[in-house]
Amino acid sequence: MNGRVSSWDLSVGVDGPGTRFVVFTAGCPLRCQYCQNPETWRMRDGRQVTTGEIMAEIGKYRRFISVAGGGVTLSGGEPLLQPRFTADLLRRCHDSGLHTALDTSGLLGGRAPDALLADTDLVLLDIKSYDPATYRRLTGGPVQPTLRFARRLAELGRPTWVRFVLVPGLTDAPDNVDALARFVAGLGNVERVDVLPFHRMATGKYERLGLRFPLTGVAPPNQELLDRVHAQFRAHGVTSV
Amino acid sequence: MTAIAFEAWRGFQGTAWRDQVDVRAFIQANYTPYAGDAGFLSGPTERTRAVWAKVSALFPQERRRGVHDVDPVTPSSITAHAPGYIDRDRELIVGLQTDAPLKRAIMPAGGLRMVEHGLAAYGYQLDPAVKEIFTKYRKTHNDGVFDAYTPEILAARRSGVITGLPDAYGRGRIIGDYRRVALYGVDRLIEAKRAELRALDDAEATDAVIRDREELSEQLRALDELKEMAASYGHDISRPAATAREALQWLYFAYLAAIKEQNGAAMSLGRTSTFLDIYLERDLAEGRITQERAQELVDDFVIKLRLVRFLRTPEYDQLFSGDPTWVTESIGGLGQDGRPLVTRTSFRYLQTLRNLGPAPEPNLTVLWSPRVPEPFKRFCAALSIDTSALQYESDELMRPRTGDDTAIACCVSAAPVGRQMQFFGARVNLAKTLLYAINGGRDEVTGAQVGPAHPPLTGDVLDYEEVTKALERMMDWLARTYVNALNIIHYMHDKYAYERLEMALHDHPVKRTLACGIAGLSVAADSLSAIRHARVRVIRDQSGLAVDYVVEGDYPAYGNNDDRADAIAVELVRSFLAKIREHRSYRDAEHTQSVLTITSNVVYGKHTGNTPDGRRAGEPFAPGANPMNGRDRHGMIVSALSVAKLPYDQALDGISLTNTVTPDGLGRTCEERIANLVGVLDGYFDAGGFHMNVNVLTRAVLLDAMEHPDRYPQLTVRVSGYAVNFVRLTPDQQRDVVNRTFHGSI
Repeated sequence: MNGRVSSWDLSVGVDGPGTRFVVFTAGCPLRCQYCQNPETWRMRDGRQVTTGEIMAEIGKYRRFISVAGGGVTLSGGEPLLQPRFTADLLRRCHDSGLHTALDTSGLLGGRAPDALLADTDLVLLDIKSYDPATYRRLTGGPVQPTLRFARRLAELGRPTWVRFVLVPGLTDAPDNVDALARFVAGLGNVERVDVLPFHRMATGKYERLGLRFPLTGVAPPNQELLDRVHAQFRAHGVTSV
Repeated sequence: MTAIAFEAWRGFQGTAWRDQVDVRAFIQANYTPYAGDAGFLSGPTERTRAVWAKVSALFPQERRRGVHDVDPVTPSSITAHAPGYIDRDRELIVGLQTDAPLKRAIMPAGGLRMVEHGLAAYGYQLDPAVKEIFTKYRKTHNDGVFDAYTPEILAARRSGVITGLPDAYGRGRIIGDYRRVALYGVDRLIEAKRAELRALDDAEATDAVIRDREELSEQLRALDELKEMAASYGHDISRPAATAREALQWLYFAYLAAIKEQNGAAMSLGRTSTFLDIYLERDLAEGRITQERAQELVDDFVIKLRLVRFLRTPEYDQLFSGDPTWVTESIGGLGQDGRPLVTRTSFRYLQTLRNLGPAPEPNLTVLWSPRVPEPFKRFCAALSIDTSALQYESDELMRPRTGDDTAIACCVSAAPVGRQMQFFGARVNLAKTLLYAINGGRDEVTGAQVGPAHPPLTGDVLDYEEVTKALERMMDWLARTYVNALNIIHYMHDKYAYERLEMALHDHPVKRTLACGIAGLSVAADSLSAIRHARVRVIRDQSGLAVDYVVEGDYPAYGNNDDRADAIAVELVRSFLAKIREHRSYRDAEHTQSVLTITSNVVYGKHTGNTPDGRRAGEPFAPGANPMNGRDRHGMIVSALSVAKLPYDQALDGISLTNTVTPDGLGRTCEERIANLVGVLDGYFDAGGFHMNVNVLTRAVLLDAMEHPDRYPQLTVRVSGYAVNFVRLTPDQQRDVVNRTFHGSI
C-alpha cells in the first residue's frame, strides 16, 4: 500500500505513552494558526513510500520499543487524509503486537472505518476549540465533524486522549474551555486531556519555508493561565496534564 | 586472627577474605541487597547543613578568582601538610589535602612547569627553594618525557593530531582499593606487601624485577606515611575499622593520601557504597546509629569528596571544561550470582544530591542493568531529571569482562578494583588525521609537514578508494608515533612520579592496560560517508594544500541508525585499534581504546581545519562518540542506537554518549518522565550501548545561566563522561552546550 509521508522520528513521552516511532504523514486539510509542522501541509511535499518500507524501518526499533515501553504513532499532517494507507499501517503494527496510536484532528473521522479504529489502541484527538467560530478562525475548518468523531469513539469505547493547545487570546476564553471540559466529561472514554502550552519554536521552520508564522506576536501561556485551565477541566472531573 | 581484628570483624561472614586481601569476597559474603524504594532516606541534619554552608561560602570567591588559595611553598606528600579542618567540632569525617579547605597544593614531581604556570596564573610565586630542588637536584616526570620525545612526537603534539597527553602532570586514572584500609587496617596490608616483596627475593635481578622490588619498597614506605598522616588527625588506622564511622574515615584517609600524593587528571574513588553499607547496616543492627546518622556520615564523607582540588593552569581548565577531578564512584550493578549490588547505601550516596544540592563531584556513576531493582532505577531517573548529575554505564557489558567488582576510572574506563591499572593515553584526533591523509602529512592549518610526506591527493573530487588508502597509511604512522609517545610518558611517570600509595592498594603483579583513545570519530565517519555517497570537491591554496571542501548532494550521516554511515564509524574504531596493537607497549600493557573526548571536543575542533563533511574550521567536534550536532535527524533514541553499534570489545576503555533532553522531551508528567527515562536507559543498554550521560534541561535555563551565572552556582551539565558546573565553562563551551541538539518536542 502506497502513501505519502513527511518524515519519521522516535520520540519519548510526547506522542502517546512511552517511546514511540512516529510517522508524520503528508497533507492536511486544516491550516491551524499555531501549526508546528507546516512542512506537512501539502501531500505533494511528502515522500512516496509503501507500508512495507515503513514496517521495515519500524522493525529496526521493535526491540527497543518493547524493552523501553511504547509503540507506534501515526501523526501528520492528517493521517486520515490517507485512510487506506493509515489503516494498513495500523493493522500491520497492531497485528505484530505493537501498541498503536492515531493522532488526528478528527475532521476526517468519517473516513475512518471501524476496522481502522479497532486496530488503534489509543486515539490522540485534537479538539482545538469547542466554540465553532473560534475553531474556524483558528483552523479554517468546522468543529462539528471532530465532535461527531469524538462521540463515535465514545460509542465504540476506544481509549482516547484529548489534546488541546492553549493559545492566549485565541483558545483560552473561559467559556470555550468550560464547554470543552463539559463535552469531554460526558464522553466516558477520554482518559485524559493534554493541555499543550502554545510555543513559537517552529518560527524558524516557517522562515525556511518562506512562510510567515501567524502567531509571532503571541506569547506562550503563563503559569496562571495554565493553572486556571487545568482547574476548569478538574471541575468537570476530567484528568488534565 | 588478633583480638583487635576479632572485634572489628564481629558478625562478618565468609572466610576467603580473612586469609588473603580480597575485598570482593568480603562484600559477596556480607552485603544485603536492597530492592525497596527511597522511603527510608533522611534529609540533611542541622549539622550537615552547617558544615556544608561553611564551605559553600568559599565557592563564590573561588569561582571568581579561579582558586581559593594555594600553598606555593610545600611540595605535597602524604605527610607534608598539617591537619586541616572545615569545622573541627562538627565534622564527622576529617582530613583535607592541605591545612585548610580549598587551599591547593603544589605537586612538582609530575612537572614543575605546570606548577609554575598554575601559580603565576593566580598571582602566586613558586618558593625559590622548591624551584631549586626540582631543577637542580630532582628531575620531574615532565623533564624525563621531553628528554626522550622524538622530533616526530613533538611535531604531532604541537599540531594537535595527538593531544591531551599526560606529559606535564599526573596521569591519574588509577584507583587504589581504598576499602582495603578499612577492612584490614594498614598493618595487615604492610604484611601482605612484604610477602609480595619477599616472593621476588630469589628471582633473577632483571630490569623488571629490580623495578618491581623498588616499587614495592616505595609502596611500603607510602603505607607507613598513610598511618602517620591519619595519626596526625588522631586516628590509629594500623588496625581494621570497627564501626561504620571508622570504615568511612579509614577509607577516606586512604583516598586522601592518594590525592595528597598525586594530581592525576582523574582521581577516582572506586566502588565503595556497597562495601560501606555492610558497616552501616551492622551499626544500625547494633543500635549504634540511626538511619539519620547513617545518612549524615555519608553526607559528611561526600562533602569531603566535593572539596578535592588540584592546582591547574587556566589552559588546562579550558581543555577539560571547568576544574574536574573525576572523583568517580560506581554504584549499583549486579553480582556474578545475579544478586543486585544495590544496597541502602547506594541510595544514601545518591541522596547527597538532594541533601547537599547537585554537584559535578563526586562523579556519581550508575552501573545499569535492566535487571537492577525497579525502585532503584526510578530513584536514579528521578535524580537525573532533577539534577542531571548522574551518568550511566552498562553493567551488562562490563561484568562478563572485568567482573562484578569493576569500577569506572575517570568517565568510562572500567577496571576491577585493586587488580588492574591503566596507563592513561589521552587521544588522537582522527578528523585531523584524515586531513593529513588528503594533504600528504601536511597540517591543514599551518602547512607544516607533520606526518610522513606521502604524495597528497590531487583530484578535484575526492575519490573514496584513494582517500581510504591514504588514510590507512596515515593511521599506520599515527599509531606508531602515538604508542611511542605513550610508552615514553609512562616509563617516565613510573620513574619520577610513581603512584606509591595507589599502587600499594593493588595486588602484585597488577594487570596493566595502555588506554589509547580517539577524538573526532563522527567528523571522520561523516567525512568518509560524504566522500563515498555525495561529491566532495577540494579547494586548495596556492601551495596545493587542501583547505576547504564543497559537498555536493546529500550523504547519510552517522547518528541516524543508517548502516551506510554507522559502519564507517565502526570500521574506523576497529581499524585503529588493530594498528595500535601492532606496536609493543611499555610493560606489556594490554592495548585498549576509548571513544571519549570529554569536553575537549571544543578545543580539538578549534585546532582542526575545514573537513569534508561540511564542518567549518574551528567548529567543535561532537563530544565522545556522539554524532555531530544537528546531523542526527530522528531524535535521541535513533542517534543513541548508532552509537550503540560501536563495538565495546574494540573500545574497552569506554565509549561515551551525551544526551541532552528537555524535561518535556521525556513526558508530560513527572511520573511519565521517570518511567520513560527508565525505559530509554533499559532500551539503550539492552541494545548494547555502553555509556550515557543524561542532561535534562531547558534552553531557556541555560541562556539565563549564561547571563546570570551567580544565580546558578550549582547548575550541573553532563557533558561527556562527567558533569561540570555550567557557570564555570567558558562562554564558547556554554554556547556549544546550548546549541547542541536539544531533543525537545519541537
